[in-house]
Amino acid sequence: METKPYMNAYTAGILLGLVLLLTIYISGRGLGASGAMKTVVVGAMATAAETHYQGADYYRGYAAEHPGSVWKSWLLFEVIGVLFGAFVSGLVANRAQLKFERGPAIGVGIRTAGAIIGGALFGFGSQLGRGCTSGSALSGMAVMSLGGILTMLAIFGGAYALAFFFRRLWLK
Amino acid sequence: MGPLVPEIISSDLSLVIAVFLGFGFGFVLEQAGFSTTRKLVGLFYGYDFTVLRVFFTAGITAMIGVVVLTHVGLLDMSLVYVNPTFLRSALVGGLVMGAGFIIGGFCPGTSVCAAATGKLDAVLFVAGSFIGILGFTELYPVLKGFYQADNWGPVRIDAYLGVSPVLFATLMTVLALGAFVLASFVEAKVNGPKEKMPRRARRRYAVLAAMPLAILFLVAVTPNKEERIQNAIAEAARQKKCKFKEISADRLADELMNHAFEINLIDVRSKKAFDAGHLPLAINIPLENIFDRTSEGVFRQRHKRNIFYADSVKTAKKACLSAKFIGNAENYVLSEPMQQFEKKIFDSRPPGPGASKQAMATHAFRTKAAAAIHKLDSALAHIGQPVKKKLVKAKGGCS
Repeated sequence: METKPYMNAYTAGILLGLVLLLTIYISGRGLGASGAMKTVVVGAMATAAETHYQGADYYRGYAAEHPGSVWKSWLLFEVIGVLFGAFVSGLVANRAQLKFERGPAIGVGIRTAGAIIGGALFGFGSQLGRGCTSGSALSGMAVMSLGGILTMLAIFGGAYALAFFFRRLWLK
Repeated sequence: MGPLVPEIISSDLSLVIAVFLGFGFGFVLEQAGFSTTRKLVGLFYGYDFTVLRVFFTAGITAMIGVVVLTHVGLLDMSLVYVNPTFLRSALVGGLVMGAGFIIGGFCPGTSVCAAATGKLDAVLFVAGSFIGILGFTELYPVLKGFYQADNWGPVRIDAYLGVSPVLFATLMTVLALGAFVLASFVEAKVNGPKEKMPRRARRRYAVLAAMPLAILFLVAVTPNKEERIQNAIAEAARQKKCKFKEISADRLADELMNHAFEINLIDVRSKKAFDAGHLPLAINIPLENIFDRTSEGVFRQRHKRNIFYADSVKTAKKACLSAKFIGNAENYVLSEPMQQFEKKIFDSRPPGPGASKQAMATHAFRTKAAAAIHKLDSALAHIGQPVKKKLVKAKGGCS
């Protein structure tokens, strides 16, 4: 089956902005993604290594911020919605299928390493920068947060600065 | 008035709503093409600027939306989470994320979308993210100092630059529009020229581009909700149209004695003056706090009559007038200063032997009222206070 074309970028941008605005109006906070991944990591730690969880500084702080259950995190529920939303969108556009995407000049091994290392860097950086492209850059921009806008500049500036050195990963 | 959580929507229900909002987020991201690295990294090699277009359009739309909602009084920005600024960790964290972006080809949100549509490389990216986050949480004792350095708090960039939010939003909009035009030029250069856009489409884009600027212009030239109320009050005062329902000291004493549960006696003096001494059963809403969200409920309810008093009748009238514009409760003004009420009711002196029958009756009433009010006051020392509303600032961020 043929895949449907992508939505016009500006239309998508306006819709995304309205979803973000609705989120701020309803819950007083922005959207996010890396925070949910953190919840998964912390939750897994609480289950797998309880003594370590109760002893370490970071997890204690997280537990204090989330009284009740570790899993009761707004972002985790939001990201569950993201999974459904993206899947449904992929279905209606005939884009949902198992696929391993890589640059034209590299093999599966390099792409595997790149995806894991890139993910690890992004995950680490998102914790250091208190949020990723969604939670810090986009949501921060909506509420005019200085830190959010600086993080946004650093993310895109950093990627641009390194783009030349990693061009073999993506270009012919 | 937003935010609706946790005042109007409970924190638990908000988790359910989060799933729906997330659904919209994921759906739009996927529709925009953010579930493939080809489109995402195109931004950094100049062949596809979709990310720039979607990201900036979304940011500007939400930013202007927040400005408009705040302006018309639908959103209380003081309760919205503003990402705090920790200068060093924000910049270094951002640079590390930039490296992750160009090496991995996704960011966390887009990797989740891509994984949902079956991209296996995105699943690997998500797995990598877990490793990175685990690295951070485990190394936290070492990183803590750096992580918490340069804490500037939730600074807003408009305040930092010393411009109004409307002006900053305008600047960002102009910047974004410029970036969109530039992006099209670069794309044409990298991919080879595309066929020319038809005139109708061009006109539509021009209208779309002018819209945010027009909205911001409207916000800049119209008064906000509080200014509108102030203007209406000033106008009413100028035309001397204000009609107040006034009640005398004796009437108030009677109300307190017999209908204490049907009235809100509101002291509009400062908190300090109130604490130093106030009429029995009174609650305190200082005149300068009358527009605060915490006191809105008192002016909107329709079960109790509000009676305003202060050191001067003029102050009480001012408060009463403001209250009329906030809600539609029944509002009254004590027609004499508070001190006079106290003197009349609580210090009632027996009239001389030759006094009229009426003067005798008044004295008898006031003495009786004073005793009854004092009794009520001590009985209801704490019950009479309204439930204090606590405003909760939203917690957010996604670190």
